[in-house]
Amino acid sequence: MSERVPVLKIGDVLLVSIQVELEDQVVLELQDDLASRIVESGATGVIIDITAVEIVDSFVGRMLATTASISRLLDAQTVVVGMRPAVAITLVELGLSLGGVRTALTLEKGLEILARRGNAGPAGR
Amino acid sequence: MNTSPVVPDAEHETVPIATNDDVVRARQLVRTLAQRCKLSLVDQTKLVTAASELARNTLVYGGGGVMRAGLVRRDGRAGVTAVFEDSGPGIPDVEQALTDGWTSGGGLGLGLSGARRLVDDFVLDTEPGSGTQVAVTKWAR
Repeated sequence: MSERVPVLKIGDVLLVSIQVELEDQVVLELQDDLASRIVESGATGVIIDITAVEIVDSFVGRMLATTASISRLLDAQTVVVGMRPAVAITLVELGLSLGGVRTALTLEKGLEILARRGNAGPAGR
Repeated sequence: MNTSPVVPDAEHETVPIATNDDVVRARQLVRTLAQRCKLSLVDQTKLVTAASELARNTLVYGGGGVMRAGLVRRDGRAGVTAVFEDSGPGIPDVEQALTDGWTSGGGLGLGLSGARRLVDDFVLDTEPGSGTQVAVTKWAR
């Protein structure tokens, strides 16, 4: 049985760093976990770090897009950080450009995006 | 289209595809082979992603099956081949199944069509009622 991916909380941000080989069931659990944790914690931002992820197929890509949509409905912004160049090239060729997903190259830049949103207040969205 | 014969390099390995875990194992075997074949990092990523899509199709639509994968050669060039086989319901309309966005299940409909774009050779053999076989190959540059 695979383990769940841990969801960490830092201030108003939930941080998920994917360090395991992603099995479909784990992906679905993560999506559900994130939704509950956003509501429980009142987090306004979610960062999904995929630095260690070697491949993103259509299933994982769909999870990233769905998670971004779910968090938006729950008043949190999602930023996917650390995508490898080979993963980006493959995703586009696969036909998934993840149009609705905000990305940043590094965790630091992702946190900056979320901080700007926080400071900009309600009109900042 | 290159018509030279594709020659297996060594005995190909077989992975059963019956659970989500097996999809991960199939992915890992293809990654190991792609590294052994010295595919570029981008080509490795493309092939492993295609294998992931096809292994999931075998599980979800084919009701499970097997993957056979190994190193191959054609005209002295090295490549990795992976063959996904199930004895599920087959694909009644292949043209339709290879169209972006078309799905018979809950997916995005990018599995088959996307996998085809990610590899060099793609051969789909299916018959309604008797199963589906998809063979993909990526060649070293």
